[in-house]
Amino acid sequence: MSDYGFDTLAIHAGAAPDPTTGARATPIYQTTSFVFDDVDHAASLFNLQAFGNIYTRITNPTNAVLEERVATLEGGVAGLAVASGHSAQLLVFHTLMQPGDHFVAAKQLYGGSITQFGQSFKKFDWHVDWADITDPKNVKAAIGPKTKAVFIESIANPGGLVVDIEAIAKIAHDAGIPLIVDNTLASPYLCKPLSFGADIVLHSATKFLGGHGNSMGGIIVDGGKFNWSASDKYPTLSEPNESYHGMKIHDTFGDIAFAIACRVLALRDLGPALSPMNAFMILTGIETLPLRMARHVENAMKVAKFLKSHPAVSWVSYAGLADDKSHALMKKYTPKGAGAVFTFGVKGGYDAGVKLVNSVNLIRHLANVGDTRSLVIHPSSTTHRQLTEEQQITAGAGPDVVRLSVGIEDAADIIADLDQALKA
Amino acid sequence: MTSQTYSPELLSRVLKETKTIALVGASADGRKASYIVMKYMLSKGYEIIPVNPREAGNEILGRTVVASLTDIKTPVDMVDIFRNSNAAGAIADEAIAIGAKTVWMQIGVVNEEAATRARKAGLTVIMDRCPKVEYSRLSGEGGWMGLPSNIITSKRARRV
Repeated sequence: MSDYGFDTLAIHAGAAPDPTTGARATPIYQTTSFVFDDVDHAASLFNLQAFGNIYTRITNPTNAVLEERVATLEGGVAGLAVASGHSAQLLVFHTLMQPGDHFVAAKQLYGGSITQFGQSFKKFDWHVDWADITDPKNVKAAIGPKTKAVFIESIANPGGLVVDIEAIAKIAHDAGIPLIVDNTLASPYLCKPLSFGADIVLHSATKFLGGHGNSMGGIIVDGGKFNWSASDKYPTLSEPNESYHGMKIHDTFGDIAFAIACRVLALRDLGPALSPMNAFMILTGIETLPLRMARHVENAMKVAKFLKSHPAVSWVSYAGLADDKSHALMKKYTPKGAGAVFTFGVKGGYDAGVKLVNSVNLIRHLANVGDTRSLVIHPSSTTHRQLTEEQQITAGAGPDVVRLSVGIEDAADIIADLDQALKA
Repeated sequence: MTSQTYSPELLSRVLKETKTIALVGASADGRKASYIVMKYMLSKGYEIIPVNPREAGNEILGRTVVASLTDIKTPVDMVDIFRNSNAAGAIADEAIAIGAKTVWMQIGVVNEEAATRARKAGLTVIMDRCPKVEYSRLSGEGGWMGLPSNIITSKRARRV
């Protein structure tokens, strides 16, 4: 590998001048299908004997640039871009799980993931066992004979908690199962979970990677180190596959087997393909990821310090603050900053939270994070509404909790808007 | 990541300089990696001599199978080993004996002692890699499946 820096790779990795036209920006290959050279070529592609494009549900050259870029930034062996972060999770578990299987997930997760894992996955007979991630021992205790994976977020949404990835990776590996890390809130600029022992990294590219709140997307990155054939836990990877004439995916593809299986089985059959237009928008966003993240964390720190001293605020949960419970982990895992999404508590509980989100002017009240614009939400009345109050509290989304995603506007303007809304 | 690190420049040089590959552990089974790699490398213009004592005399993809490397009477540039790490030792020694320029061991195949002997004899050694995957990465085809090429270039020329 040529030793290019992160900022250079964020702009260039995966993209080369178009071989036919010389176009320097990545072309948007807005096409459903690709011609075969001849019948033998078609057969080779369908039998996975050659790499090539068949149909945009499975591969697309614009999406491929995005896949290669994120895989490079995360230090993985292969990437797969899909329609959303949620569909990335669906494909990963479809590849790992059989009916009746379990996985362990952090209690502290994005509310949408809690609902997907706890409710919708039940219909596939996949079962989640929750573990309070503030102590890795809870993960160990939750692992049983049918547990196939451990799932965590590097920086947990919405509480802003930094998770001990290395300790949890060791627990997972001791049990012979992989660690999956949702790295959405950190982005590879702040944290590279594969370097701490994670096996699979996921992103909602909708957030900081795209960065501008304009395109949905999800990414799966394969770390390439897990041995899928060491046990009989992962038959999708280790056993003959009927739809490819009995091919064993791990045997044939080695270290890239997981990413290949997610693509040629799960994405092929479940179908959440990414639009090439969205891939182009996300790629353009990633070119400025380092600049934006540096500004996001700088602003987040200023806003967190302001809130900490505000009389209408009872607490601030931001790992960047020196007295925060996650500060030591933050120094290890996200030394450049604790991200830009965190929570604080308003004095006056649920009603005060509702009043705050109704009173902001500059800051937008909406259900997204990782936008150039500052965003605010009151999780217990929106994203975490489906959860019980107890679940809300363990997820860091109790009634007094307000979540901020600090944007890259002037920090003084963000602070002034919060100040007037807290006083309203 | 594999256990070995090779620069794109080295892999590119090997794949450019190689014309003839003796593929040890060849199989007529279309589901096997050795068959898939043989078919792919043939399609990219390489000449392949399949080696497998149990298939000797039969044809795979139109090429006659030989029993061992020492049965090959024409020059061989690369010996590609689809056998386990232990068996790779003796095959590497045969590769040295027949004057091959490169010994290539497939994904999961690593034999450091044999690699040292081959390097001492002047051969290039690649281990725990697949020439199909590397050719795909370098040519940009692997990028279609999201594999990082680890190459940044302002040129549109092919690299292999």
